[in-house]
Amino acid sequence: MTDLDTFRAETRAWLEENCPPAMRQPIASEDDVVWGGRKAKLTPDQRLWLDRMAARGWTVPDWPVAYGGGGLSPEQTKILREEMARLKCRSPLQSFGISMLGPALLKYGNEAQKLRFLPEIARGEIRWCQGYSEPNAGSDLAGLQTWAEDRGDHFVVSGQKVWTSYADKADWIFCLVRTSREAKQGGISFLLFDMDSPGVSTKPILLISGYSPFCETFFDNVKVPKDQLVHQVNKGWDVAKYLLGHEREMISGMGLGGGGLGSGGPAALAEEAKRAAGVEADGRLADPLLRAQIALFEVRERAFRAMSERFIDELKHGRAHPAQPSMMKYYGTELNKARYELVMAAGGADALEWESEASHGGAKARAWLRTKANSIEGGTSEIQLNIVAKHILNLPGA
Amino acid sequence: MPLFLTEEQTMLRDSARQFVGDTAPVAHLRGLRDAADPVGFSPTLWKQFAEMGFAAILIPEADGGLGLGHVEAGVVLEEIGRNLTPSPFLSTAVGAVTALRHAGQGLRSHWFGRIAQGEAVAALAIDESAKHRPEQIALTAVRAGNGFALSGTKRFVTHGHVADLIIVAARTEGQPGTRDGITLFALDKGAAGLSARPERLADASLAATLEFDRVELTADQVIGEVGQGWAVLSALLSATRTAASAELLGVGGGAMDMTTAYLKDRKQFGVPIGSFQALQHRAAHLYCEMEVARAAVLKAQQLLDAGDAGAERAALVAKAMTGLATTLAVQEGVQMHGGIGMTDEYDIGFFMKRARVLAEAFGDANWAADSLARMGGY
Ligand SMILES: Cc1cc2nc3c(=O)[nH]c(=O)nc-3n(C[C@H](O)[C@H](O)[C@H](O)COP(=O)(O)OP(=O)(O)OC[C@H]3O[C@@H](n4cnc5c(N)ncnc54)[C@H](O)[C@@H]3O)c2cc1C
Repeated sequence: MTDLDTFRAETRAWLEENCPPAMRQPIASEDDVVWGGRKAKLTPDQRLWLDRMAARGWTVPDWPVAYGGGGLSPEQTKILREEMARLKCRSPLQSFGISMLGPALLKYGNEAQKLRFLPEIARGEIRWCQGYSEPNAGSDLAGLQTWAEDRGDHFVVSGQKVWTSYADKADWIFCLVRTSREAKQGGISFLLFDMDSPGVSTKPILLISGYSPFCETFFDNVKVPKDQLVHQVNKGWDVAKYLLGHEREMISGMGLGGGGLGSGGPAALAEEAKRAAGVEADGRLADPLLRAQIALFEVRERAFRAMSERFIDELKHGRAHPAQPSMMKYYGTELNKARYELVMAAGGADALEWESEASHGGAKARAWLRTKANSIEGGTSEIQLNIVAKHILNLPGA
Repeated sequence: MPLFLTEEQTMLRDSARQFVGDTAPVAHLRGLRDAADPVGFSPTLWKQFAEMGFAAILIPEADGGLGLGHVEAGVVLEEIGRNLTPSPFLSTAVGAVTALRHAGQGLRSHWFGRIAQGEAVAALAIDESAKHRPEQIALTAVRAGNGFALSGTKRFVTHGHVADLIIVAARTEGQPGTRDGITLFALDKGAAGLSARPERLADASLAATLEFDRVELTADQVIGEVGQGWAVLSALLSATRTAASAELLGVGGGAMDMTTAYLKDRKQFGVPIGSFQALQHRAAHLYCEMEVARAAVLKAQQLLDAGDAGAERAALVAKAMTGLATTLAVQEGVQMHGGIGMTDEYDIGFFMKRARVLAEAFGDANWAADSLARMGGY
């Protein structure tokens, strides 16, 4: 047995013993997802699972131990993920801190910031939101106008953000602000601050799914201490772009059904469709065109699964093209939208229910609608294609 | 194992890229086509392939080969695809060698050395109808003396009219549509009762219809167990589908490279056409499809080499995914070249034709997706 085989065996045994059975059930609705934070209300099983994983550093397995991580190698991390998938263990913690801010702090934060913020991200104690977009700065993100005035030992921030996911539930925000009007990208800084600071207010925006995870976020002379500036003044665009790469990487995971309901795999789709449309004498799904669509989806999904594995392997070994997250984000999100069109087609009238108990409050229909944002949030599909065309294919500027 | 090429595999790719690009670029195919070459490939070139060691990649070391894997074979195939090189590599160095790895010592020592030396070319006689339907094999093998006699017809047999070795899938029992009762044979060139009628296909390759009129074989020409050939056949087909996928990857990649170069070069309205966003987005989308296909192929190759139970499925995914992606690559290729893309003088059309043939071979994307669905129970 190699060391990795031993690691796999031990990991499997530990997960078997420590992952509560309730945490091995598919996620039924958005309420099932653990985001952590000061305001979170966890079930006892969610709490137990999060605490046990956090104690080993396995909420962020490949971060250094000093910052609350597991200190695992890329190979070990891959094995942990494979074993979790094998046992159908839920992710113990979903968090912008883990998938976006953490990597940016690891690269650009100073030592004091790393020691202060990373362990609490790993333990899910603080829930973060992302203050990037503004009413007139969406795809053209660097056009943002929220102003941060330098007052010596602190900044004073004023302006408005929009589409801030979960701003009303978050404890802290990582926020792009303008500190100079001389240059567009070169006048942006990256600040962290508490959403309970005086002068911060939020207003929810209702989505087509009937949920309102988004907010307009207003800053009225918010005081932010200087030690909460990441990297340097006017160098925030570097941090912002690096973080966006990780955001895109995270969103691309949706191509495999991550973040959504656990019912969108080809086998589950086919089962659902059989229930709704019936079965032929030979056992095949009685709707041949839907069957064909599911089968072709299965091809793409399995191929994308291989692509995701390849991308992570290349990333961890420092071989990925810097623009590759755009490719993954584009493909994964378009695939996830296709998946949820099939979820709806397979379920028929059952999938359309909006409020019934059997449908978990219309979970499928709402999830289907939610996926339509996948190709908008974190940079639209069009923007990703622009990036691939420019930075990977080196096509001439328009 | 990480899902990218190792250093050794990258070195092999570089030397294959150089060798195939230098000795057999698209002009080589064009030359054979223009000469209406009756063989369909260059035997001299095949000898050179063997000298490079390529023909022996999948032959086990114990049998005098290199004992490498499907990843390595795929590296060579991709370059064959990129240059549209007519070559018996797929049928011989992958298909036949995979089958012979399941054969007894007699057949192994008879064939492996000759294949490795580039002295033998093999053909795979599997399909009997216009679409790939391996379970429908009807060609019969009846007991005759201490061996068998084959009767029936095989179609779409690449190199079938010139091959030294023909791997034949026949039915010793059962009805078409069942997997039991299939037996694989290794048939020699020039067997009495065998006739071959080569037809030229759209890509200028030659595929033969083989007529078997009581072609006699001895018992030691059986590969594996009589009546239990499905296992060997499906191993052969998984390997061959994966190989065809690697070649498709080369064809699609070659078409895409030509097209992106053209987008930078061709000017209309005073600017390179590649600066138009409508074309940029389609080119970028194509890149994504090709990359996903590439990952699917490498996954299948690695699983085959590991002897993993998931290899059969992965081979189907690779075949379907490269079929879809490469079809897009050649279609976009011709379209984005505009009028010049429709001319015989320009190479892009050659890519479209080869892609069509390879996408059809050993099961098209729809067939592969349907097979996945059946394996998944729906
Ligand atoms: C569910 C969801 C969650 C989000 N979460 C957050 C969050 O937490 N924090 C945050 O800061 N932001 C968040 N966003 C905002 C998101 O990043 C922006 O919506 C996104 O970047 C697009 O900006 P926009 O909405 O202003 O659209 P616009 O930029 O106005 O785009 C409109 C259309 O024009 C196209 N377009 C624009 N420019 C180009 C171009 N150059 N070439 C081709 N097409 C172009 C776009 O692709 C789109 O189709 C979220 C959005 C959604 C939907």
